[in-house]
Amino acid sequence: MINSKIFFKGLKSLIGVRSPAIPLAACFIALGALLKDAGLNIQQSAASSFFTYALPGQLVMAESLLIGASIINIFIAVWLVNFRLYPMTVSLFPLLKHKSQPKWKYYLSCHFLAISSWLIAKDTYKKIDQKYRIDFWMGIGFGTWSTAIVATLIGFTLSDYLNKDIIIGLAIVNPVYFFCMMIGAMNNLKITLAVILGTTLGPLFYLFSSEWAILFAGLTAGSVSYLFGVRDGS
Amino acid sequence: MDLNNIIVLAIIATSVATFISRFLGAVTSERVDANSKLFDWFNLVAYSTLAALLSRIIIFPAGVLADAELIVRLLVLVCCIFIFIIMKKNLVIPTIFSAILLSVLTSI
Repeated sequence: MINSKIFFKGLKSLIGVRSPAIPLAACFIALGALLKDAGLNIQQSAASSFFTYALPGQLVMAESLLIGASIINIFIAVWLVNFRLYPMTVSLFPLLKHKSQPKWKYYLSCHFLAISSWLIAKDTYKKIDQKYRIDFWMGIGFGTWSTAIVATLIGFTLSDYLNKDIIIGLAIVNPVYFFCMMIGAMNNLKITLAVILGTTLGPLFYLFSSEWAILFAGLTAGSVSYLFGVRDGS
Repeated sequence: MDLNNIIVLAIIATSVATFISRFLGAVTSERVDANSKLFDWFNLVAYSTLAALLSRIIIFPAGVLADAELIVRLLVLVCCIFIFIIMKKNLVIPTIFSAILLSVLTSI
């Protein structure tokens, strides 16, 4: 079944100087408080993080509920904002593949895919024998996912004690953490170009379409850096 | 429909909309080889999409972050990246510092 030694090795990535636990907890605490404001009860807030576990999508849901958007609008808006998970999965799972591993592990553990777990897995997968990489991934994913659920509950419970300045402070932690991790991942010219172009085009395209901006910016910047790499011969 | 049902439906809609992308990714991955050009392209698109999303969050934030001035948000980000680099890629210190710095700067 699951190699527990490797699973726990993955789980252990929650601690140490590169820990994602603090930034994850910070943003899901802020989310827990926001979900309470949006009218969710504690079970619903926990269920949202349990079943969705994708912060930008949950933010869209909370804000849509506050303005009274329809369910179909919520579905489309969330699908668009979380579509990034598709290229992210395809750029990670082939690295974790092994023919001796059952498919259910891949279909189930794709739920753990989020920016934090993705960046950690990309950073560390090479240290693990290919055969057990999926177990390592399940360890990382289970750790980050449970942190998010617990933090949502903490945020919901503490929401009355969190003033606005604290919530704003918590909200910046996540983008700062991800930016730092991405800069750490810029170890070749193509990835560096992809990150710089994406950073520039994201807000630029946003001026024309708030919904499609991220998708188009990602596709354009990624393809340009790919073609650059092909021309460069690397 | 009462609010409680709307919330439950919204949670289901959000979860399904999110899981579709993950699941399709897992299915597509079965046919993508890690050494192929296609994988390389997906990898770069993933990094670019992430970068686009993060810079959008900093420059055009949704929610509470919008209450802090743009210049303040950028200042916090640049300071923390600088700390990250000089602290030999320690991630805990710059992330804790970012929350404190932004809370202080927005409260004054």
